[in-house]
Amino acid sequence: MLLSGWRARIAWPLLRLLLTVVIILGVFGVVLWALGKDPLKAYRDTFRLNILNPRGLSEVVVRMAPLLLTALGVAIPFRAGLINVGAEGQFMMGALLGTWAALNLPGLPAGLHLSLVILAGMLGGAAWAAIPGLLRALGWVNETITTLLLNYLAPLVVGYFVFGPWRAPELAMYPQTPELPPSARFPTLFGTRLHLGFFLGLFFLLGYAYLISRSRWGLELRAVGGNPEAARRLGLPVERWLVLAMVIGGALAGLAGIAEVAAIHGRLKMAISPGYGFMGFLVNWLAFANPFGILLMAFLIAFIASSGFTLQITQRLPYAAVNVLMALILFTVLAKPLGKGVKG
Amino acid sequence: MCEPDKPVVQLQGITKRFPGVLANDQVDFDLYPGEIHALLGENGAGKSTLMKILYGFYRADAGTIRVNGKLAHIRSPRDARLLGIGMVFQGFTLIPAMTVAENVALFMAELPPVLRRKDLHRSITQASERYGLALNPGALVWQLSIGEQQRVELLKLLLAGARVLIFDEPTKVLVPHEVAALFHVFQSLKADGYSLIFITHKLREALTCADRITVMRQGRVVGTVRPQEVREETLLQMMFGERLAEISAKEKRKPGDPILELQGVWTKPVGTAPGLQNINLTVHAGEIVGVAGVSGNGQRELGDAILGLIRIVRGKKIFRGEDATRWPPRRLIQSGVAFVPEDPLSMAVVPWFSVLENLALLDLRGFSRFGGLGLDWRRVREFLNLGFSKLGLETVPERVRAANLSGGNLQRFTLVRELSRPYHLVVGLYPTRGLDVRSANAVRQAFLAAREEGKGVLLISEDLNELFALCDRIVVMLKGQIVGEFRPEEADLTEVGRVMTGAGVVHAP
Repeated sequence: MLLSGWRARIAWPLLRLLLTVVIILGVFGVVLWALGKDPLKAYRDTFRLNILNPRGLSEVVVRMAPLLLTALGVAIPFRAGLINVGAEGQFMMGALLGTWAALNLPGLPAGLHLSLVILAGMLGGAAWAAIPGLLRALGWVNETITTLLLNYLAPLVVGYFVFGPWRAPELAMYPQTPELPPSARFPTLFGTRLHLGFFLGLFFLLGYAYLISRSRWGLELRAVGGNPEAARRLGLPVERWLVLAMVIGGALAGLAGIAEVAAIHGRLKMAISPGYGFMGFLVNWLAFANPFGILLMAFLIAFIASSGFTLQITQRLPYAAVNVLMALILFTVLAKPLGKGVKG
Repeated sequence: MCEPDKPVVQLQGITKRFPGVLANDQVDFDLYPGEIHALLGENGAGKSTLMKILYGFYRADAGTIRVNGKLAHIRSPRDARLLGIGMVFQGFTLIPAMTVAENVALFMAELPPVLRRKDLHRSITQASERYGLALNPGALVWQLSIGEQQRVELLKLLLAGARVLIFDEPTKVLVPHEVAALFHVFQSLKADGYSLIFITHKLREALTCADRITVMRQGRVVGTVRPQEVREETLLQMMFGERLAEISAKEKRKPGDPILELQGVWTKPVGTAPGLQNINLTVHAGEIVGVAGVSGNGQRELGDAILGLIRIVRGKKIFRGEDATRWPPRRLIQSGVAFVPEDPLSMAVVPWFSVLENLALLDLRGFSRFGGLGLDWRRVREFLNLGFSKLGLETVPERVRAANLSGGNLQRFTLVRELSRPYHLVVGLYPTRGLDVRSANAVRQAFLAAREEGKGVLLISEDLNELFALCDRIVVMLKGQIVGEFRPEEADLTEVGRVMTGAGVVHAP
C-alpha cells in the first residue's frame, strides 16, 4: 500500500470495471436482441427502475449489505493466501446460530438481544470457517476443497432444524422457523428495507481498509499471504494467522447470514440466500481484495442481481436469461490477467 | 553414421550469462561416438547449464554447436531430439498415472493416431532386455521405484532414436546397488555405439565409469583428462582450485564462551533429504565455524534445526547456556539468532512489500504505535539508515519493492535487517550463492566483522575457498552427519574435497 500510487489503486481498477461492464452489456445485448427484445430499451428501463428510482436504488443497496460482508469474508483469508470458497456455507451457519439466539433468548432488552443475535451469527460463521482453517494450518487439507464441500453441508444442517425441531407450528406447510421477536430484528431506515446490516458492512469495510494497510496485524497477515516461508523464518505465527484469517472471514460471512434473516426475511428458511456467498467471492475476485474495489463491485453485482428481476418483469424474459447474465459476469471476471499477486 | 574419429558433438566457445552470474565462459567440449564422457565439478560450476544449452533448454549467448560435424542451431529440446540428442534430467518428466509404454509413446517423434500396443510393448521389452533395464511395459509409472523411473526416462530416449545421451547427476537419487546397475547399463550402451555424457560431482563415479573426464569450475573448463592418466589429488585440485590467498588477514585469537552447542542432535528425514544424525557442534563467541559439503547432505536441515524451524527429535540445543531445544523461531530471533539465507527473495522477504515494510516485519511489536493500530515508519526508516551506516554498506532505496531489487541489493538489505540489531549468533545458509563478486565480498566482510565483535558465526557454504578464507574451523557434512573437522591452516582443499565427496572419512585432529 505504501507504494501503489493512484494509478494502481484507482485508475486500473476503474478501467477494469468499465471494461467489464461494457463487455457484459455488449454480449448480453446480443442475447436480448436474439430473443427479440430491444436491448437499449431494456437497459434504459433497468437503469431507470434500479438507479433513478429511489425505491429501486434502495433495493440495490439492500442487496449490497450481504455482498459487502461476504466479499470481506473472502478478502481477509485471501490476504493471508487462502482461497475461501465457503462464504455461502458460513452465511448459512451464521443465519442458523443467529436465529437460535433470536428465538431462545427472549425477554432481554432490545439492544442487548440484538447484539447477542449478531454475535451469535458471527460465531456461527466463524466456527464453520474455523474447520477448514484448522485443517489447512495443520497441513492436512487444502482450504479451497474443504470450504467448497462445507457449502454443501451447511444447508443440510440448516434444513434439519428448519424442517425439524424449529419448524413453526402455525405454518406447518412451509419449512420455516417462527418469526423472530421484534427485539431480535434489525432496525431499518426511511421506511425502506435498508437495514443495520448495510451499515455494519460499511463499518467493517472501513475497518478492513484501515487495518489491512496500516496496522501491525494487517502487515503480518499480508506477510503470511505474501511469502509464508519468509514469514515463518521471521518468527511470525503463520499457522495462527491462517486460522484467524478464516475465522474472521467466516464471522463476517455469518453476519451477512443473520442480517438477511433478521432484517429481510424475519424467519429462517431454506431460501434465504440467492447465492450471496458465491456473489461475494465474485465481488472479491473482481476487486482483488481492494477495499474501494469491493465497494464498487458489491454495488455492481447488487445492481445486476436487481436488474435480473426487473428484466423478468419489464421484458418478460425467462429466468434463464438472468442466468445467462450471471454466467457472463463470471466469464468476464475470470478473464483477468493471471500471475499478478495481491498488491501490497 | 559418422566416422569413429570425428566427434559426434562439439561445443565451441559456449558462453552463457545469467543475471549476476557467468554460468559458462568460453566452454569447449567434445564427445566421440561410443564414449562415456564425465562432466565433473562442484555445484554451480556450470555443468548443467552447458548440457541444457546442448539440449536446447537454454540458448547460449555465444559459441557454436556442431553435431556430426555440421553446425547445429538448437533452439528447443525438440531440435535436439531431432538431432538424436536426449537428456535424462534430475527431476523426471514422466506422467505417473500412465504406464511405461504410454509414457514412452508420448515421447516418440510421431505419435500414431492409434497406438499399436503390441508392437510398442515388444520394442520396449526388446530394448529393456538388451540393455538390462528390466522394465515391464504395462507397469504404472507411479508404482515404480526412482531407479526404475530413471530407466523409463532412458528407454524413452532410446526408442525415440537418441544416439547422444546426457545424464544430469543420475546417481544423486540412486542407492548404491542401483548406481552399479546404471554403470552396467552405461557400458552396454557404449558397446552399441551410443555416446554418453554423465554429469556428476562425485569423483569416484567419474573415475569408475568414464572414458574421459572434463572438469569444470566456475563456468570454465579446467581440463579434460583420462581416468587412467590422472590421480585423485589432481582431479580434486582441478575441481576446487588452489587455495586462494586469504580474503583478509584474520587475527588468530582464542574463541570465547560457547554461544551455541548442539549435543547429539537428530531430526527426521523428509523425502529424499537426510535428517540430521547425531550432530555435535559448538560455535563459540568470536569464531566462524564453516560447514562444508555437497549440497543436500543435511546442511539446510542443520540451519533450520538451529533456527527452530524443524523439530529436533533427539539431542539438545543449548543457546548461551540455556536449553533452547524446543524454542520457537520467534524466541530464538528475539534472543539474538540472526539468519542470512541463500535466496532472500524466497526465504527472507515478501516480494511485493517495500524495503521498509520488509524491515518492519523483523519486529512488528517494537515498531508499533497505539498498540499495533499503526506502525512508526519513521523509526523503521531510522533503523534502516542507521543499519546501513553501521555495517558500512551502500544503502538501497527504501520504497522499492523487494522483488525489484537486484540480488546484491537484496542481500545487503538482509544483512542490515539481521545484523544491525543486537544478536549473538548468525547462521549463513549459502549466503553468497548467486551473488556478484562485490556483493559476495560485502557478505563475507559482514561475517568477519561479526567475528571481530565476538559474535558466533556458522557459515554453511559450498565454496571451499570462501570457507578456507573465513573460517576458524570447518566441519564437513555428508548424508546428515558430520564426517570430518579441519582447521583451515592445517588442512588443504584436496583433503576437504575428498571428505566432501565421500572418498574418505577423516576425524578431527
